[in-house]
Amino acid sequence: MTRVLMKGAEAVGEAAIKAGCRHFFGYPITPQNEIPEYMSRRLPQVGGTYVQGESEVASINMLFGCAGAGVRVMTSSSSPGISLMQEGISYIAGAELPVVVINMVRGGPGLGGIQPAQSDYFQATRGGGHGDYYTMVLAPSTVQEAVELVMDAFDLADKYRNPVLVLGDGIIGQMMEPVEFPEREPALVDKPWATTGCKGREPNIVKSLLLDPYELEEHNRKLQQKYERMKREDVRVETVDLDGAEVVLCAYGTTSRVCRTAMERLREKGVKVGLVRPITLFPFPEKTIQSLDPKKVKFILTVEMSLGQMVQDVKLYTEGRIPVHFFGRTGGVVPTPQEVVREVLKRLGKEVEK
Amino acid sequence: MTSTSVIFAGFGGQGVLMAGKLLAEAGLLEGKNVAWIPSYGPEMRGGTANCTVVLSDEIVGSPIVPDPDHIVVLNRPSLDKFEPAMKPGGHCVVNSALIDRKVERTDILPTYVEGNTIATEIENPRGLNIVMLGAFVKKSGLVSLDSVKEALHHVFSGAKERFYEGNLKALEKGAEAV
Amino acid sequence: MSVPVEVIFKRPEALRDRPTHYCPGCPHGIAHRLVAEALDDLGLRERAVGVAPVGCSVLAYNYFNCDFQEAAHGRAPALATGIKRGRPDTIVFTYQGDGDLASIGMAEIIHAANRGEKITVVFINNAIYGMTGGQMAPTTLVGQKTTTSPYGRDPEQIGWPIRMAELLSTLVAPVYVTRQALYTPQLVRKARKALHTAFRLQAEGKGFTFVELLSSCPTGWGMTPVEALEWGKEKMMAYFPLGEFKKPEAEEGGKK
Repeated sequence: MTRVLMKGAEAVGEAAIKAGCRHFFGYPITPQNEIPEYMSRRLPQVGGTYVQGESEVASINMLFGCAGAGVRVMTSSSSPGISLMQEGISYIAGAELPVVVINMVRGGPGLGGIQPAQSDYFQATRGGGHGDYYTMVLAPSTVQEAVELVMDAFDLADKYRNPVLVLGDGIIGQMMEPVEFPEREPALVDKPWATTGCKGREPNIVKSLLLDPYELEEHNRKLQQKYERMKREDVRVETVDLDGAEVVLCAYGTTSRVCRTAMERLREKGVKVGLVRPITLFPFPEKTIQSLDPKKVKFILTVEMSLGQMVQDVKLYTEGRIPVHFFGRTGGVVPTPQEVVREVLKRLGKEVEK
Repeated sequence: MTSTSVIFAGFGGQGVLMAGKLLAEAGLLEGKNVAWIPSYGPEMRGGTANCTVVLSDEIVGSPIVPDPDHIVVLNRPSLDKFEPAMKPGGHCVVNSALIDRKVERTDILPTYVEGNTIATEIENPRGLNIVMLGAFVKKSGLVSLDSVKEALHHVFSGAKERFYEGNLKALEKGAEAV
Repeated sequence: MSVPVEVIFKRPEALRDRPTHYCPGCPHGIAHRLVAEALDDLGLRERAVGVAPVGCSVLAYNYFNCDFQEAAHGRAPALATGIKRGRPDTIVFTYQGDGDLASIGMAEIIHAANRGEKITVVFINNAIYGMTGGQMAPTTLVGQKTTTSPYGRDPEQIGWPIRMAELLSTLVAPVYVTRQALYTPQLVRKARKALHTAFRLQAEGKGFTFVELLSSCPTGWGMTPVEALEWGKEKMMAYFPLGEFKKPEAEEGGKK
């Protein structure tokens, strides 16, 4: 199959369809409207169903019902809408249902702005709603990777019976890049727990309510085992030039691309620089961070479109062995490669160009 | 060339996003890595619009480019905004039919194209964007004109096929003008 | 020698053989039974998926003998939408109280009805929040005392009780909207018929069906079960008139 130029948002929609998703529920919000628009156009062509919910609250609960009925289902939104969905996501995590949620992150807090941001990292990687749970979080940095991760998200959601969040931003959604769709059949699995009507079996109950504290504790322990398994089996990270690196940049999604451009310029200036790019934000690639050698790495610079969220995880897993610095822009401002270069040179005590 | 960036900028409705898309398609046809990204949001509603195209032999790094290698500007505010941002040595292609000033910097390469006039002469006033693209491609040699023609054919197919001939002419006229 | 035995009363198959947690005199048991009988009579139990609310009937899934999902407060119609759209062959019903449906879930019920979701909504209106301890509901009557309207509901301060059946019947999409009551055996028989109609219309793929059942809450109202039924008949039925507000033309006495 040849590569076609495709807008990120539309590629995400097509990837979902290729993954066997035939149901989409959502509510418009900038900057991700091209996803519901695409799904409303495409789903009827493939025998699927698109429903525009009356709110994000309703939409995520439609996912709750649909996933409970054993059907692959997705929604997409952007930060303020994702906040509204947190109630439903908590219930879905509690009821152990597979759903895929796309968050094309925009600047916050509150209504914030509509330009790209990464300031929902805390919300995404700490569960997001009430209770002791996590969602799996995938962070693509290119349109091609968004396609692959969305397709994988459905399989991972089924594998763990857990919500999977794909964390993009306005740039990933609005950008056009060449895309090649992997040729593979959707890996649909049996869902004997689903509410499909109880013909020939005992009734199935899909719920998150456990009034007995011991039962609820047991349930939570089971959930934790699932998260531990994610950490063992499904951490994804890309590393670039870590061998001999004196400076390691750590960034995900769009900012990792800014860092790549900055790395080229730093190499020209003789700086040995590497990159750690987490692809799964939860589970976080903690082992990669732990394996950095304090004798060789002078510092880690975490670069984000926020005022410092992922940097807390980087600090957590370096366990104080390597200095961790931060550079970020927020509110929809994308850091420039020059800014990253300047920050690295400044931290190295080198001459900084005006 | 490892990585080259171009910003197309103008009023909303002048077709700068399409011009950029055609350049990206042409780059893709030549086997390059490409990224196209528009400005988005309220500014697109009747205000200024722009898009950035990055062509690269390697992985495209940052798709957001504060200092483009080249610019193609269709109106005065776009020239005012992007001329100072350009890297030295790049092409600055100006729609002189609408822009009443000259390029001020001496370290970039200006090209003046009577875009609207040419588009009107060939009875395709909406082909302004393609005229400017033709001029830029000819001047910069970033991709071949044939690749852009192929991209045009690809983009203007099916229901949009009736626009193909007119735009092909606009592309050629733009290239001839410089 | 066998004696011919005719079964004249038994537990519906769509109910489990399990004691409920409801207070003595609570009509939830009656309403559950009526829903179960409708499913049995129409042969729909094995296709049914119920959606339980947050409220006294939060544990309804323990009593019905069919597939069930437990929703967040007010969101049952959104879950039902997802289930029905995902599995159009299922028979989907929500079972919701007045706080769940007419307060926190107002957006979900209105829009599910407006989309004409092919589901059945059973709305138990007893004018009070039972599970949380007798607070004021959106359907609490004017002057009615609750733990959060200790001086009686004052419409100047908090507005008037919401008539959901009338509200939903203004929408174009719903095919069947009715209000019945559970205060006397005669009324219960009519309620049974209404539920039967609603589920039949859903099974026929006709559209959104809504059955409001006026109920009582002896515990929350501070009355004996018999007093509560009397009070309901006198006060609730005076403000919330019974009737079929919307019905397909083909149905007996139906009007569009």
